[in-house]
Amino acid sequence: MLSRPPSPSPAAAPGLADVTASDAALRRFLHGLPGVDAVGLDARAATLRTRSIKTTSKAFAIDLAIRMIDLTTLEGADTPGKVRSLCAKGAAPDPTDRDTPAVAAICVYPDLVTTAVQALRGTGIKVASVATAFPAGRAARDVKLADTRQAVADGADEIDMVIDRGAFLSGRYLAVFEEIAAVREACGGAHLKVILENGELATYDAIRRASWLAMLAGADFIKTSTGKVGVNATPPNTLLMLEAVRDFRAATGRQVGVKAAGGIRTTKDALAYLVLVNETAGPDWLSPDWFRLGASSLLNDLLMQRQKLRTGSYSGPDYVTVD
Amino acid sequence: MPERSGKQSEKQSGKQSEKQSEQRRLAVLKTYKLYVGGAFPRSESGRVYEVTDASGRWLANAPLASRKDARNAVVAARKAFPRWSGATAYNRGQVLYRVAEMLEGRREQFRAEVADAEGLSAPKARAAVDAAIDRWVWYAGWTDKVAQVAGAANPVAGPYFNLSTPEPTGVVVVFAPQESSLLGLVSVLAPVLATGCTAVVVAAERAPLPALSLAEVLATSDVPGGVVNVLSGRVAELGPPLAAHGDVDALDLTGAGPEATALEAEAAGTLKRVRRPRPDEDWTADPGTGRLLWPLETKTVWHPMGV
Repeated sequence: MLSRPPSPSPAAAPGLADVTASDAALRRFLHGLPGVDAVGLDARAATLRTRSIKTTSKAFAIDLAIRMIDLTTLEGADTPGKVRSLCAKGAAPDPTDRDTPAVAAICVYPDLVTTAVQALRGTGIKVASVATAFPAGRAARDVKLADTRQAVADGADEIDMVIDRGAFLSGRYLAVFEEIAAVREACGGAHLKVILENGELATYDAIRRASWLAMLAGADFIKTSTGKVGVNATPPNTLLMLEAVRDFRAATGRQVGVKAAGGIRTTKDALAYLVLVNETAGPDWLSPDWFRLGASSLLNDLLMQRQKLRTGSYSGPDYVTVD
Repeated sequence: MPERSGKQSEKQSGKQSEKQSEQRRLAVLKTYKLYVGGAFPRSESGRVYEVTDASGRWLANAPLASRKDARNAVVAARKAFPRWSGATAYNRGQVLYRVAEMLEGRREQFRAEVADAEGLSAPKARAAVDAAIDRWVWYAGWTDKVAQVAGAANPVAGPYFNLSTPEPTGVVVVFAPQESSLLGLVSVLAPVLATGCTAVVVAAERAPLPALSLAEVLATSDVPGGVVNVLSGRVAELGPPLAAHGDVDALDLTGAGPEATALEAEAAGTLKRVRRPRPDEDWTADPGTGRLLWPLETKTVWHPMGV
């Protein structure tokens, strides 16, 4: 049911260097990727979703999911105060149980990076900033690069960029590639997450191509979506991206992470994604360094489930913070 | 004489064909289901239990709700609370009156179910159903009067208006009385709804069918989904998770029987409002306002007079 890695031979790595030599070569490579069996992909994702995780495995998975969260606030109405309270929550998610692990990162708009960096000093939690005219990505390249440099200069550890979907869908793959590479350079030491915005790519084939394109251009992470459109992370499209990073490592030896973002609200959903990671990419990806969940309301549900496991009785929204 | 016998044979043959057509038709048995969030699911566990009438004759299978069904019901009730409690009291009264209208149209069905469930004669069952409908109407009238009775303008020693108003407490779990399957159920459920709370009802364990049919009435009478959720099953199984649930605000233990004391202890962990069972409650008597007032929280506002 799963597609085979295109060419896992060691000779493939130098081979891949050529594919970005010209627009034509890149198109030939991306369109030469195996087609996605959509029915098989949906069925595989649905099957893995039914897996039951209980007791100690569930406790482990909940803590792992909390550690993988990029706790996100991306609203026009964000204030420094709201970002500070979110940072406090990320550092100690459940004040009634100090054993609760901290989240992986706090994700904010670029102008609030300074606030987040100050609030998170000494906690070890990363600051992630969206950049490049998030969420539409419709701005001149200079503006996008300036946006990125500013966020990095303010102290962002991770940059979440959006690809130019207009260019991608009209087949100008090299333009997209060069833009990602330019942002990659502007990031310096910061980690680059490339948002493909699966909901706007229309087909599974396009998602596979965009994944490979982003990885070839130097992405540290590929991310499903902005959370600002109708279709965000779904189990099938995340499964597809996990296959892409697995195949990419087999082809080049470089490991790339995956971030599923948008629409993941319940513990059940989160655990289903962890099953996908383990069964598709493998346990190597089962760590906050290689898989992230972009979410805001998910954390409260995970905390309520955690309290349920600890106390034996169901918890309620009165026992977690109101965000 | 020949005329008469002819008539008789005609009558007989008519009876026979009637009998034949009855034999040819397979009766459609009703699958009783839970009522959670405005939908009628089976139990998540897939289990059912046999419900019998007072003499032990099998009536139907009822779903045997599990801990997870209880959890889902609380989630649905919580989700429905802002809209139901936020509706105007007048509107709530109209909706509840509509329930009584729907009940009126299904009197015969309820009469049969109550007669079977409680082993009552037809006239007694009819009286019980009529009393239940009247009680529902009575509580429907209370929705926009509770605040006047339970609220107050308090005299205070300062330049303030000091006003107390009753507010619904939230999600109420109701253990329906075991002995009175419809009148008792209505007597405990209707006041909870009238004040703006949402409810999770655990139906009488041995006579849940009237409660499950009442759910069908509620679903067709403008009561938003989730405002009432009906579970059938064992008090011993559903009680502890509901009593200890952090998102349940109050517990009516009327029908909890021998479990009541243990459940009250469970509820203490989250400081729930608890209504203890009263021995030998007479459901036909004037209910008074006690059941309206117990699931209320009083909010007091100090407002400067501006003098």
